[in-house]
Amino acid sequence: MPKAKKPKVAVWKFASCDGCQLSLLDCEDELLAVADAVEIAYFLEASRAVVKGPYDISLVEGSITTPHDAERIQEVRRVSKFLITIGACATAGGIQALRNFKDVKEFISIVYARPEYISTLEKSTPIAEHVKVDFELRGCPVNKYQLLEVINAFLNRRKPNVPSYSVCLECKRRGTPCVMVARGTPCLGPVTQAGCGAICPAYHRGCYGCFGPKETPNTASLSAWWRKLGVQEQDLVRAFRGFNAYAEPFRKESEAYEQQ
Amino acid sequence: MVGEQVLIERTDFQRLLDALHQRGYNVIGPTVHDGAIIYSEIASVEDLPIGWTDEHEAGRYRLKRRNDQALFGYVVGPYSWKKFLYPPVLSLWKAKKTGKSFEVVPNTDEPPQYAFIGVRSCELHAIFIQDRVFTNGKFTDPHYQARRQKIFIVAVNCVQAGGTCFCVSMKTGPKATVGFDLALTEIIDDQRHYFVVEVGTEKGAEILQKVPTKRAQPDDIQTAKERIAQAAQHMGRQLDTTNIKELLYRNLEHPRWDEVATRCLTCANCTMVCPTCFCTTVEDVTDLTGTEAERVRRWDSCFTLDFSYIHGGSVRASAKSRYRQWLTHKLASWIDQFGTSGCVGCGRCITWCPVGIDITEEVRAIRQSELNRTQ
Repeated sequence: MPKAKKPKVAVWKFASCDGCQLSLLDCEDELLAVADAVEIAYFLEASRAVVKGPYDISLVEGSITTPHDAERIQEVRRVSKFLITIGACATAGGIQALRNFKDVKEFISIVYARPEYISTLEKSTPIAEHVKVDFELRGCPVNKYQLLEVINAFLNRRKPNVPSYSVCLECKRRGTPCVMVARGTPCLGPVTQAGCGAICPAYHRGCYGCFGPKETPNTASLSAWWRKLGVQEQDLVRAFRGFNAYAEPFRKESEAYEQQ
Repeated sequence: MVGEQVLIERTDFQRLLDALHQRGYNVIGPTVHDGAIIYSEIASVEDLPIGWTDEHEAGRYRLKRRNDQALFGYVVGPYSWKKFLYPPVLSLWKAKKTGKSFEVVPNTDEPPQYAFIGVRSCELHAIFIQDRVFTNGKFTDPHYQARRQKIFIVAVNCVQAGGTCFCVSMKTGPKATVGFDLALTEIIDDQRHYFVVEVGTEKGAEILQKVPTKRAQPDDIQTAKERIAQAAQHMGRQLDTTNIKELLYRNLEHPRWDEVATRCLTCANCTMVCPTCFCTTVEDVTDLTGTEAERVRRWDSCFTLDFSYIHGGSVRASAKSRYRQWLTHKLASWIDQFGTSGCVGCGRCITWCPVGIDITEEVRAIRQSELNRTQ
């Protein structure tokens, strides 16, 4: 039997910091196995050698912030069989979605000497608002094991094991005592999706919500408890306005406290 | 001799640990770690939380210094012994591709032989409850059974109660009555620091042969009894269990469920810290080349959407339905399923709920509403 052709993988960058693409290069021990299982056909951060599309799997990093990118993502979708978005920018608009709460024209006039050279959109939006996305992988940055799991699942035609429950389950499985209960440290873990391995609470810090809202998040109840712990309203707004500020449940929660 | 009571001086306590180590036990006991009492491996008496205590309230836990050097002067830690008998993550088997077929390799790792030091009566009852779940003859979990068979239990009777304790209501404490190899009551007074030790099994008696002991005098036994009685009188919580099954079954539709759902985070903390909650999920994973697969069991919770996912969607989509499922299973349908309550009154779900939801308060609200209706 002739050896099956290796699936072609492309990695695309939109408005982002490159951290999620780096997670793929950070695979180190597993990188050779990945390179063996797939053909890295387009990955400018790793190699300028480009193999023409179409591609079996496209990993898309970054959000859509310019008219040019809004067109480019359509082209990426056309040449991709499976399109997987990776990271908070691609799945929720990223930290740059903070512009969505303000007037971007005002920023441009303050920051740039020649604002007329800047062509940007009013909002930073996730990829799924522009094209059909086959799978969204959360995180800022994505977790390398979850990234491998998703690639692995697509290669083996199975559902990825990427749960959408809270960070609390990961804390409990690794044996970290709850930082909110034992230390009074405000933590976004109970409303944030698992995936990072509950790193911050293991170092006595509250969760920053890097993986975005979990399934059915009760942000209002958590906020009310944070207020009891002494968190000010403006700090609640800031807490929900992190890397996933524009993910709907976080956005609504921050807006609820901004209005008060 | 089984049933006998003896004394161990605090200064000889290390000898008990030594005897267990010599017998090849992996000795697990309370330690101070990450701002909490955590059960983990201990080498010497110095690893125990000497002079520490814990404060429990709904959604709040703090370690505090005691004004004595008690070894067991705390109530319960966030994690029960469940994590040793029923590990949070366990590989069940692996499969290797062999030509056109595949070969299954079961997990035959020999589990460690544990000695648990400081098992509270409520925790002992939690182990009995999990025994009914996992080793009921009909559906036995071999992984649980292999660990359970080999454990040596040193129970510690509670001489103080925590702010969220209600073992008296659940009839599970504060005194350990059965199921231990040795049961200690720690007594500290002006001159002495010692333990009244009750021998529960031959295995326990055998270990004690390696430890200097004295016969317990009636006075010592009386003192131990009084201290335990004191704990019983200071329960932080109460739960009226009168006809509780019928009460909850009658009120599966009740506005209180909607109310608690506004507070419940569905974060699953209560189920993770509960010493009897036993739900897991299995995940099948593959390697990149598709030549190896593995089935892994992980702790799961009835508070996740995936837990009740069947064809077409999740059965319990709302927080209300998930909280109701958990509470009514724990306190009502558990009785039909396993013949006992699923709650031992340890109070962990109250203390470790990040927003302080109190199971005793929820039941009280429902009971009270019925009384109000009849008045």
